[in-house]
Amino acid sequence: MSENKGVWVFSEDLDLTMEMLGKGRELADKLQTSLAAVVIGNNLKKKADGLAKYGADKVYLAEDPALERFHPESHLAVLFNILNNFKPEILLVGSTRNGKPIAARLAMRLGTGCIPDCTNLDLDERGRLVCERVTYGGNAVAKLVFKTKPQIATVPARAFDEPEPKDHNGQLVKLDLKVETPKVEIVETKPLETSSVRIEEADVIISCGRGLEKKEDISMLEGVSKVLCGQIGCSRPLAEDRKWFSEWVGLSGHKVRPKLYVACGISGVIQHVAGIREAKIIVAINKDPEAPIFEVADYGVVGNLYEILPALKEALQKQP
Amino acid sequence: MKRIIVCLKQAIDVTQLKVDPSTRQLITASAPKKISDFDKNALEEAVRVKEKLGDAEICTVTVASEDAKTVLREALAIGADRAYIINDPVFKDIDTAGTAYVLSQVINKIGEYHLILCGETSLDSFSGLVGSRLAELLNVPLINAVRKLTVEGNTITAERTLEEAYETVKAKTPLVITVTREINQPRIPSLMMIMKASKKEIMAWTMTDLGIEKDKLNSKIELLTVLAPKTERKKIMITGENVQEIAEKLAKALIQEGVVGR
Repeated sequence: MSENKGVWVFSEDLDLTMEMLGKGRELADKLQTSLAAVVIGNNLKKKADGLAKYGADKVYLAEDPALERFHPESHLAVLFNILNNFKPEILLVGSTRNGKPIAARLAMRLGTGCIPDCTNLDLDERGRLVCERVTYGGNAVAKLVFKTKPQIATVPARAFDEPEPKDHNGQLVKLDLKVETPKVEIVETKPLETSSVRIEEADVIISCGRGLEKKEDISMLEGVSKVLCGQIGCSRPLAEDRKWFSEWVGLSGHKVRPKLYVACGISGVIQHVAGIREAKIIVAINKDPEAPIFEVADYGVVGNLYEILPALKEALQKQP
Repeated sequence: MKRIIVCLKQAIDVTQLKVDPSTRQLITASAPKKISDFDKNALEEAVRVKEKLGDAEICTVTVASEDAKTVLREALAIGADRAYIINDPVFKDIDTAGTAYVLSQVINKIGEYHLILCGETSLDSFSGLVGSRLAELLNVPLINAVRKLTVEGNTITAERTLEEAYETVKAKTPLVITVTREINQPRIPSLMMIMKASKKEIMAWTMTDLGIEKDKLNSKIELLTVLAPKTERKKIMITGENVQEIAEKLAKALIQEGVVGR
């Protein structure tokens, strides 16, 4: 088991790769080993070069025009070949919809374990990777370790901060690859109707739940949001049941970490709360004094959001 | 006849899970269980595909460490034709690799299949790895995070939800599909369907029936602790004579916290 060496990171989302390099550098330094990133795609040399500044000792680049789009079989084949060759100690994979199955299938091929969606990673005194993840629908945080190597953990976006770029002379290594014929063919891609800024990056989020009666009433939230330069969010029922939004905040949706999260008419089921746990300040506005959201809020207001939000907007505008 | 296999997990109903506040331990033993929500969407989708194809058979497969027959009865009432359960106390400690291995052995014994449908993740552990691992073990393509599914003969067209896009893909059967909760609204079985289901047979297989190698069930992961997170929120309720007063108190508090303003 001790022959496995090095910390490796991979994501098809290069912003996420960068975030993982920050954590990866920390782990590699503690283990006194090297840090490598794998980049797969087309025309990515410049970006791959840039990653060296973010702490990677080596950046392995596999390029082919056919890999312009994500291509699970080829990505898997490239990763499997290189990892089987270098036998890393730790592999971090970006926990995206495309990345997670890659991690799971790699773990299967390499006969090792995979711990998904880790929100914290550390090393114990024996140098084992200790992974923390939210489980039981947000009711608990589990701490897990691996019995096998490589230790494969997947990491969601924004779990770790992007590191500061440094003068670091990482080396770019080109990989030869054989593009496999895709078994699943991409026919069409259309963008999700989302706001231009990712909600994970918002400092202020004004969020609504089932207490909002009509779709048009979202404009009332926008009023407050505008004053605070914030973004609008919602709980799952408003997106999945009512289809007023295409995405939502919560365990199965976006996990956010704003400075301020205002939950308007959101009851606060555990899955929603799991998505806002990292918020600095949580404000809850709900007409039901028994709503569980008040248990996890810093400031609570029992009342009608249709009266409170316009008054709050006015009060905020008045402040110097 | 086309066979559709649906993998069902009997999950802890996390909305009814209690926590011991003194130890932060979860009280899982007494927590009610149900079909994992995402898997119910997978089952509903299977029923819809069958309604369209006509000549199809839905088999559900459950790997459980304890009796899960009530869950399977519900699946049969919703529209499954056959239910297979493999239940052994050993499964209490298996990880996603072990679960996928047992599922693959059951599926190999059932025989040929057109589609395997799974929930994208499970309600309780929320790992979301079993579907992918299963595809790898069975050496068939995987389409994950599916929100819309069309089956025409041997061609599958699926719309996937990605982080910033919807992606439509095409592939040939057999394959594994994992579904999101957006895909449908699962039906609630009528009394008639429940009555009919009680006559359907539940097949219980043992590890020996499936030729399962025990050492392949060894977990590759060790759980150190599971604890409820500490919630250290202020829980300050803001009250006042009227809405304006409340709003002003709240605005002031937020400014003092330094979370508003530039």
